[in-house]
Amino acid sequence: MKPARFDYVRAGTLAEAHGALSHGGDEARILAGGQSLVPMLSMRVARPTVLIDIMHLPDLAKIEVKDDAVRVGAGVRQAALLAWPELAERQPLLAAALPWVGHAQTRSRGTVCGSIAHADPSAEIPLTLLALKGVVELSSHRNRRRVAAEEFFKGLMSTARKDDELIEAVEIPCSNAGDGYAFREFARRHGDFAIVACAAVARKNGVRLAIGGVTDCPTARDFPDIEGDALDDALDRFASDLDAHDDLHATADYRRALVRRLGRATIEEARRCRA
Amino acid sequence: MPRLGADARHRVRFELNGRSVEADAEPRTLLTDFLRHDLGMTGTHVGCEHGVCGACTVQIDGMPARACLTLAVQADGAKIRTVEGLAPASGRLSVLQEAFRRHHALQCGFCTAGILMSLDYYLRQHPDPAEAELREYLGGHLCRCTGYTPILTAALDAAGKLRETAADA
Repeated sequence: MKPARFDYVRAGTLAEAHGALSHGGDEARILAGGQSLVPMLSMRVARPTVLIDIMHLPDLAKIEVKDDAVRVGAGVRQAALLAWPELAERQPLLAAALPWVGHAQTRSRGTVCGSIAHADPSAEIPLTLLALKGVVELSSHRNRRRVAAEEFFKGLMSTARKDDELIEAVEIPCSNAGDGYAFREFARRHGDFAIVACAAVARKNGVRLAIGGVTDCPTARDFPDIEGDALDDALDRFASDLDAHDDLHATADYRRALVRRLGRATIEEARRCRA
Repeated sequence: MPRLGADARHRVRFELNGRSVEADAEPRTLLTDFLRHDLGMTGTHVGCEHGVCGACTVQIDGMPARACLTLAVQADGAKIRTVEGLAPASGRLSVLQEAFRRHHALQCGFCTAGILMSLDYYLRQHPDPAEAELREYLGGHLCRCTGYTPILTAALDAAGKLRETAADA
């Protein structure tokens, strides 16, 4: 359980990080908080030959409100976002989801953008980003581009990021007055990977439900403002359409049952929060 | 832009329990191994080595963190606190450590160093913690001996004693 050898580059500017990434190609990885990457190195699931540390770039460690979105830079740790005094007011869904990310002892180091780059299928931050239709800002030595969350998550720990790109920031839309938000999760132990996680956004005439932990990447579906049996049927179809699988923690059937039950509870809670 | 070669050892300096320390580490050396093997500070334990068990929890720049999820080179220039830094003097225990002893909050002691480092931080942030919050917070640690109840009792007792001390001061 020790990482294989790699070079370590401490980037002093964003341009240096881009340069090292472009030079390293698919052998290079960005190191931010390291809370997902370092265990992968230790288990040798990942064997990059160079790590580029971007935590010494003060410009990346900023939380800003811009164009009705919270822009979270690549250097912002999960604990820092959770401690941001404006968080609950700006985006209550994010405030509800963040305490479920790992443990306090990993949120102190882990970054918001790092979790998105890692794209674990049961991770809460990618799920929240998808539920809120956030945007990922990617940059490299040659260009910069913005990718919608719905286009970003491609599959199991696979994203639209190119080898020479890094996530510079994510933009998470601020809450809309009148909308309701709710987050629920089921895991064996608080802080474990979610067996099923649900994020719901209830608008005036519909609700968006995003599900994590069931399939290779978080999946969202928009429902009209239905209730009772119609909602149960719609959730049943959603659960069946997800490609759930059995693993050590739960069967596919169990996960589908959780999507129906927890999904419904999350939607109802979001509706109650709707002004 | 410093680039540290994979095959070489590089000087790493940080503040450990209030004292400047330095030693050489390869880029791939984990902070756990650097503390234990290179600095001889074996109070920090190595359990699962992938961030789940919490045995290696230390404080990095004032926040509890997993030493096994941190590279030694990432800690360069940081302020690190380990279980060796908790006791106020040789032969004495901190209020929290004393409460652990009084309430049998450990048996084999393997998980204890990490739990102490987490709780030391938490009780400073939350001098009057609710038991439910403490339970959730302790979810970041595995203990296979105690069943956690004595740990919670010790933490709540220590919190009370620390509040008394603060009120007297």
